[in-house]
Amino acid sequence: MAQSAPAAARSSQPFRLSEGGRIDRSRSLTFRFDDRELTGHPGDTLASALLANGVHLVGRSFKYHRPRGIVTAGAEEPNALVQVGRDPRTEPNVRATQLELFDGLGVSSQNRWPSLEFDVGGVNNLLSRFLPAGFYYKTFMWPAAAWETYEKAIRQAAGLGLAPSKPDPDHYDKTFAHCDLLVVGAGPAGLSAALTAARAGARVVVAEQDFLLGGDLLSDRTAKIDGRPALEWVAEAEAELRASDRVRILTRTICFAAYDHNFFALHERVTDHLAPADRPEGLPRHRLWKLRTKQAIFATGAIERPLVFRDNDRPGILLASAARSYLNRWGVRAGSEAVVFTGNDSGYATALDLKAVGVRVNAVVDLRAAAEGPLSEAAKAAGLRILAGHAVTGTEGDKRIARLRAAPLDADGKGVRGSGQEIACDLLVSSAGWSPTVHLHCQAKGSLAWDEAHACYLPDRSMQKGQAVIGSAAGAFGLASCLAGGEAAGREAAGALGLEAKASRKKTQAEDRDFLPMRQLYCVPSDKPLGQGGKHFVDQQNDVTAADLLLALREGYRSIEHVKRYTTTGMGTDQGKLGNLNAIGIVAERLGLPLPEVGVTTYRAPYTPVSFGAFAGRDVDALLDPVRTTPIHSWHERNGALFEDVGQWRRAWYYPKAGEDLHRAVAREVAATRETVGIMDATTLGKIEIVGPDAAELLNRVYTNAWSKLEVGRCRYGLMLKEDGMVMDDGVTSRLAEDRFLMTTTTGNAAPVLAHLEEWLQTEWPDLEVFLTSVTEQFATMTLSGPNARKLLAELCDLDLSTEAFPHMSWQEGSVAGVPARIFRISFTGELSYEINVPAGHGLSVWQALYRHGEKYGITPYGTEAMHVLRAEKGFIIVGQETDGSVTPLDLGMDWIVSKKKDFIGRRSLSRSDMADSGRKQLVGLLTQDPKVVLPEGGALVEAMRDATPVPMIGHVTSSYWSPNCERSIALALVKGGRARLGKTVLCPLEGGKTVPCTVVEPLFFDKEGDRLRA
Amino acid sequence: MQARYSFFSLARNALGYHENWPEAWRSPEPKASYDVVVVGGGGHGLATAYYLAKEHGITNVAVIERGWLGGGNTGRNTTIVRSNYLWDESAALYEHALKLWEGLSQDLNYNVMFSQRGVMNLAHNQHDLRELQRRIHSNRLNGVDSEFLDARGVKEFCPIIDLRQGGRYPVLGASLQRRGGTARHDAVAWGYARGADARGVDIIQNCPVTGFRISNGRIQGVETGRGYIEAKKVAVVTAGHSSVMAGLAGFRLPVHSLPLQALVSEPVKPVIDCVVMSNAVHAYVSQSDKGELVIGAGVDKYVGYGQRGSLPVTEETLAAICELFPIFRRMRMLRQWGGIVDTCPDASPIISKTPVQGLYFNCGWGTGGFKATPGSGWVFAHTVANDNPHPLAAPFALDRFTSGYLIDEHGAAAVAH
Ligand SMILES: Cc1cc2nc3c(=O)[nH]c(=O)nc-3n(C[C@H](O)[C@H](O)[C@H](O)COP(=O)(O)OP(=O)(O)OC[C@H]3O[C@@H](n4cnc5c(N)ncnc54)[C@H](O)[C@@H]3O)c2cc1C
Repeated sequence: MAQSAPAAARSSQPFRLSEGGRIDRSRSLTFRFDDRELTGHPGDTLASALLANGVHLVGRSFKYHRPRGIVTAGAEEPNALVQVGRDPRTEPNVRATQLELFDGLGVSSQNRWPSLEFDVGGVNNLLSRFLPAGFYYKTFMWPAAAWETYEKAIRQAAGLGLAPSKPDPDHYDKTFAHCDLLVVGAGPAGLSAALTAARAGARVVVAEQDFLLGGDLLSDRTAKIDGRPALEWVAEAEAELRASDRVRILTRTICFAAYDHNFFALHERVTDHLAPADRPEGLPRHRLWKLRTKQAIFATGAIERPLVFRDNDRPGILLASAARSYLNRWGVRAGSEAVVFTGNDSGYATALDLKAVGVRVNAVVDLRAAAEGPLSEAAKAAGLRILAGHAVTGTEGDKRIARLRAAPLDADGKGVRGSGQEIACDLLVSSAGWSPTVHLHCQAKGSLAWDEAHACYLPDRSMQKGQAVIGSAAGAFGLASCLAGGEAAGREAAGALGLEAKASRKKTQAEDRDFLPMRQLYCVPSDKPLGQGGKHFVDQQNDVTAADLLLALREGYRSIEHVKRYTTTGMGTDQGKLGNLNAIGIVAERLGLPLPEVGVTTYRAPYTPVSFGAFAGRDVDALLDPVRTTPIHSWHERNGALFEDVGQWRRAWYYPKAGEDLHRAVAREVAATRETVGIMDATTLGKIEIVGPDAAELLNRVYTNAWSKLEVGRCRYGLMLKEDGMVMDDGVTSRLAEDRFLMTTTTGNAAPVLAHLEEWLQTEWPDLEVFLTSVTEQFATMTLSGPNARKLLAELCDLDLSTEAFPHMSWQEGSVAGVPARIFRISFTGELSYEINVPAGHGLSVWQALYRHGEKYGITPYGTEAMHVLRAEKGFIIVGQETDGSVTPLDLGMDWIVSKKKDFIGRRSLSRSDMADSGRKQLVGLLTQDPKVVLPEGGALVEAMRDATPVPMIGHVTSSYWSPNCERSIALALVKGGRARLGKTVLCPLEGGKTVPCTVVEPLFFDKEGDRLRA
Repeated sequence: MQARYSFFSLARNALGYHENWPEAWRSPEPKASYDVVVVGGGGHGLATAYYLAKEHGITNVAVIERGWLGGGNTGRNTTIVRSNYLWDESAALYEHALKLWEGLSQDLNYNVMFSQRGVMNLAHNQHDLRELQRRIHSNRLNGVDSEFLDARGVKEFCPIIDLRQGGRYPVLGASLQRRGGTARHDAVAWGYARGADARGVDIIQNCPVTGFRISNGRIQGVETGRGYIEAKKVAVVTAGHSSVMAGLAGFRLPVHSLPLQALVSEPVKPVIDCVVMSNAVHAYVSQSDKGELVIGAGVDKYVGYGQRGSLPVTEETLAAICELFPIFRRMRMLRQWGGIVDTCPDASPIISKTPVQGLYFNCGWGTGGFKATPGSGWVFAHTVANDNPHPLAAPFALDRFTSGYLIDEHGAAAVAH
């Protein structure tokens, strides 16, 4: 890939090396950072391109608004967060270190005003002495009412980027996947595991967050495998894996969550890296993978830890490994004069690489009294100036580090001697050691073991079967160990899958470089006491210092969780990937405890942040939930119906004619139904077929009334209770055959009722031989209701419909408009009614035939609203309206339906003392004393109104309508001791102080004898 | 001696580089015996101890917490505070709590950041509207502020909400409680701990209660990880672990323990200034002072103790959020977690004496007890101190499950949080 750069591009990228790196120098990409136009190359991240242009200042910190630069080269980046793109496609808080460059990319810096260079919020830095951790808990309390004013200012100052302000035009997708082995991380360990298992025949998914495979090898200029540059081995491995149809490689994909039983969630960024014009139409922006695997291998690498020293947050201060990545992977030097500050040998790798490309390395400051690892020896040989047993005690520089001081360390590491020497530099890199990325292992509840020698936590035991951690994620920091560990794990996974991994042709050859021994200082002392001049940042994003941690401990917040919550350390968008171990170390030291006794904070999903859109996938806008419509829906639409949502169903609500409002339309529909004939689409009512020798027995147990004696061909109304004796559902059930019933449920409860029955059948009554099938959608149901219903139906039906041949509460099979139908003579309106069930596919044509033939009678389609009025005139309840989970059948005055002889769900609850209390709320009717006034549904009822609250309430209005047939308003209500109040007056207070007096009556307003029903 | 917190003490301490702040509470060794042992150092337990000391002069009290203070649901919840409950009994209890919230920072001398930014419950269909109206009417008569907003009003109150007709469930209206809002959950635990400690209460962390000593039907003390502690009275406030604790005391509770999850986004500049809750699409959201969107999800549908919550629930919740706020699809989930909530069959709490003399339980707050914290502590302290339920607590006694006097907030409370 390395080609010589066009001259122009080179000069505009003064810190780009003339060669090297995994970038395509043949092409230049233009991008914009705030108001500067800059260039980079394909293969760059925003961070590498900014550094190539010498841009270090990229953001302002959360609390103090201090100037901040790029610290890392990966997912752990705390500072370099930018706002990408423009509304509506803008995205806040994107890590510059992971943002792939494309032509035309536009980003802006965040959390600064008016500009990054000059940020007014910077005064917070001057006031920082008054803003230690938790300062807000101690103040802003006076006067009490002022908090929300203070809070506004605090909120304005907090937050990082900006949320988009317009709906996201992009789409997202989700998919399921199954495999034998999931390998997370495609560094040397992961690749060698994947190769081994794939060769044995396993179906493998490799997930890599980066856009290139190779992991740490991408940043290594000297590593060799089998005597050749390591990246050649990576390329061959990738080619072999890509060639296999058993292997899927997912790049730009983080495995962000581990659930039980080897279920994982992965987040793939599909098109973010492309210039908007190049994004293929059909591809989603992101994809959520829900992956179930038999085996999982976490080869997730390790993250370098920074040293915590005074003023360690200036732009130009990077992780040693990051500086090395920029150099080797992107051909970018992060500065011209460098100082390396380290407590282990890996800092030297960076020092040597920097020197090799001509960066002046002014010093290597080594915490260790004697530098004696293999790399430090090499550094000495290369003539680097090594300050052993020294510490960086402070830095200076306004928007970029300019110089630092280094002084000799005390033997115990608690102090320094003298004020040390000044060293100029524009780049300071630090390394405290490495923290294995154990997040997934820990999310899966695996345990950790503390490794004192490497000062890190290593994965210990996995809690889930078939999981392994390998490579530097398991503390195997050398290349040879990674390769060997990968191969062994791949072999073991294959074995567990019952596959045989052939011994590889020859062992992959590489070298381990050991970084030992190291010296760990969680907090590097300076010549001033901690917190008194200068700041030792532990969490750069949240501006948490070592002094803040000590303050928390001083104030008694000792648990590491309290320290975290009090100071907010580790709670930024990097979730403590850089800072947590340092924080724990500082806390342990101050408490005088061994570090493992302090514990760790819980590793929570996601590993890195995941877009909401990916979780929602295609379940957005109209697709959030399925819309269920009946086979007759198109007719309702054509005939001007307005619809209401009832659960997932869209039901015809009313059918206004020109100039009609709800009130008028409903009045017309109701009157027509009582006077001639109405037709309603009742398809949405739940229908459950109950089949088996114990079908009647099941009904006996779940309904309050008895079913054994119901004859075939007859229908019965049933009430279903919860265990607590409260009404859960109601409906008519018909006996189709000796061993076969058809149960109807309310529209909204169809699924819950089925689940309820199944749960009882499966967990409590497995001995019952009954099968349940939902048949709601198999039938279209239409109700003909009204005095002319019989006449009309007779025109189209082959049955004798006379009351003698076809009485109320019976059903028959026949044909309607030439279509086989089940006809139920049941009524929810109080009129002569037939519910006609036909196969769903015939629904529309039968409806149309009925309508056509009904026109001469003035047939009127009526919607749910008219149906509510009609049934209320008859005092029929609607579950969920007259009931709310606190109403028993007795409260409804439905004692007649509660069997005293048999057991049923809820029966015992009905014998509790409170159930017999005469003060319980009971269903009654209400007539306003002014018949024109319609009560508000939901209105509260009182005996007497008063000004002082609480006003004792005696109940509420459950249903309330204008009744055209009664020519007045009617209402149903639940009222305490309601039946004893018949004839008495209660008041319904309205908003604004008015009260409506009403008389309590029986809940039955129309055709009290029920003659019409049985006509 | 505790220092008073104020701007002046902050300034004074700044001069001393904050080296002289005293501990917010002590960490004493447990004494051999106490008048009252409170089991569980969540907000409710700490508030109980605080009011025992402050309102009833009972200061020989220990709060015994098996982990760290506030590490249970107190430190995991989405901090919504409101009192617009349907039933009189609930409204009275939560409204009492809300009144205490309104002066809590000053009472505790600890800023709990109670912010009355308003809580809106959305209605998406005719049924929702009816239920909303019912709740508003009864709230008003109960002295709880509650108003109805039509769709326009909703948009005015929360301009970023999506009212386009393309949405699956259009927003038809909302109820609004302006006095509702959010608070800083950790600060509530810490503020009560500090206040209780100042009045002599011993706060003992990392000390699980492993058993009860009971003789002749009377409590004698508790077995703990740090030995036996004698107690005249024991008040158990252990949320998701209450059924386990009741088991140790020899009786059963009608409580289900379910994982409830929540999540936050990355922090952004202020974008939503109120609390929005929706039952029909099931989600609720507010924005923390740090700038994170705080989003509550549903419960897993099975009993469990894993404080995490399952993926499908996260998916459903975020789909709902994206539906209500299509501008949030590019926001990112930063952290997701769960807590174990103890739910009663009627979705109301238990504040009660028990079959064991001198042993009291306060639990069953389910998905919505944070808002009750001050009120719960207040009435429970009274109940324990007098061995007699506080009038506001009386309806929530255990015997309601045998009498049938249930206070079913399921149907009516919209989202039950
Ligand atoms: C995700 C989520 C979101 C929520 N959102 C809201 C909301 O928005 N609004 C709202 O009002 N409510 C909400 N809640 C509910 C609310 O958090 C709880 O109802 C409330 O915090 C309970 O407080 P508590 O003090 O009783 O319980 P906890 O804070 O759980 O305290 C119980 C304590 O008991 C301790 N304990 C347990 N067993 C023992 C033992 N054997 N010995 C010693 N100690 C023991 C535990 O460690 C724990 O600290 C939410 C809950 C969750 C999980």
